[in-house]
Amino acid sequence: MANDTKKILTGPVVDNNPVILQVLGICSALAVTTKMSTALTMCIALTLVTASSNLLISMIRNHIPSSIRIIVQLTIISALVIVIDQILKAFAFGLSKELSVFVGLIITNCIVLGRAEAFALKNPPLASFWDGIGNGLGYSAILLIIGFVRELFGSGSLFGIQILALARDGGWYVPNGMLLLPPSAFFLIGLLIWGVRSWKPAQVEKPDFQIQTVHRPEVS
Amino acid sequence: MEALINLFISAIFVENLALSFFLGMCTFLAISKQIGPAFGLGVAVVAVQALTVPINHLLYDFVLRDGALAWAGLPEVNLSFLGLISYIGIIAALVQILEMFLDKYVPALYNALGIYMPLITVNCAILGGTLFMVERDYNFAESVTYGIGSGVGWALAITLLAAIREKLKYSDIPAGLQGLGITFISAGLMSLGFMSFSGIQL
Repeated sequence: MANDTKKILTGPVVDNNPVILQVLGICSALAVTTKMSTALTMCIALTLVTASSNLLISMIRNHIPSSIRIIVQLTIISALVIVIDQILKAFAFGLSKELSVFVGLIITNCIVLGRAEAFALKNPPLASFWDGIGNGLGYSAILLIIGFVRELFGSGSLFGIQILALARDGGWYVPNGMLLLPPSAFFLIGLLIWGVRSWKPAQVEKPDFQIQTVHRPEVS
Repeated sequence: MEALINLFISAIFVENLALSFFLGMCTFLAISKQIGPAFGLGVAVVAVQALTVPINHLLYDFVLRDGALAWAGLPEVNLSFLGLISYIGIIAALVQILEMFLDKYVPALYNALGIYMPLITVNCAILGGTLFMVERDYNFAESVTYGIGSGVGWALAITLLAAIREKLKYSDIPAGLQGLGITFISAGLMSLGFMSFSGIQL
């Protein structure tokens, strides 16, 4: 049992990462990563929501009629997100303003609904809870890596603390403003996928189209 | 009027939901392998977005907003914390109604778009459009314009990406970048292209 839990918990981090392999939850992964502080908040919020929605949905999984399951899941998830949203507004108003609509968009984050559909509807509550945490961690890993690169090289700081002395304050580092703009997030995730797939070749996708290899008749 | 046209243009190009706010990314990447389905999904998103943003605006204005219930004699009630759950309810219900309506009256369109309808409920572009409308405090005319504009922008982006990917499959891509990786990088380049529209105002 302990072994199973460990597998459920660590599997999604590298081997079956929700963001770069299952292509779930990309929207927020790209949008909130200009700074570590917003990225971390988003990670914590998403992990909590995924874990608790998995737990709740798994507890009532035998009572949900399958024709209305999506709406039941959405109701549970949005109730949880409202709680998170209100907590953020009460205790971290600045952060909640910076995250703007993206806290609300956790409702439609495909990781939450995807895990509820794929795992929580078929598994007992405790395993579902760990699965939620595991996928939250997988998502967090990607977000924190991207957030780290974007904030460090885009504005020379981490969590708002200056690490590299900026040229405009008399230091040496000229910040790369491009990293704070939307396109860089796409590039970084693309490169990250490249890296992970070179490390774990099992994840490489087959090409849709293969150029015919030429069998040249040897006529020398 | 001029302000509305301006809002429309900026919702399509400058503030493109897919390429500058990263909304609806999951479907954006999953359904963009071929132009046909991508265009179909785009049209469906325009239709749903054009309906949900104004309807959610009415809901927010007359029921949820701080003091909105004054017409019912409850001026000090503030239901705005119920926002998220009501918007998603409205979106899910509308998509369902639209699906049934198309099935009954326009079967040809239903056959073309029907399979994408369930995907749209959980498309963050739809909920995102509504949340931006609430956050930026649009009035009714503005929310109609914004709904249509942002939908068109999203449809444009997914159709263009599908066109690129159709050609891309004949190119020789490093093994690790095959599929998802190169799609991200192409989307990044497109987003760079769309950024050149920023600053355009009428």
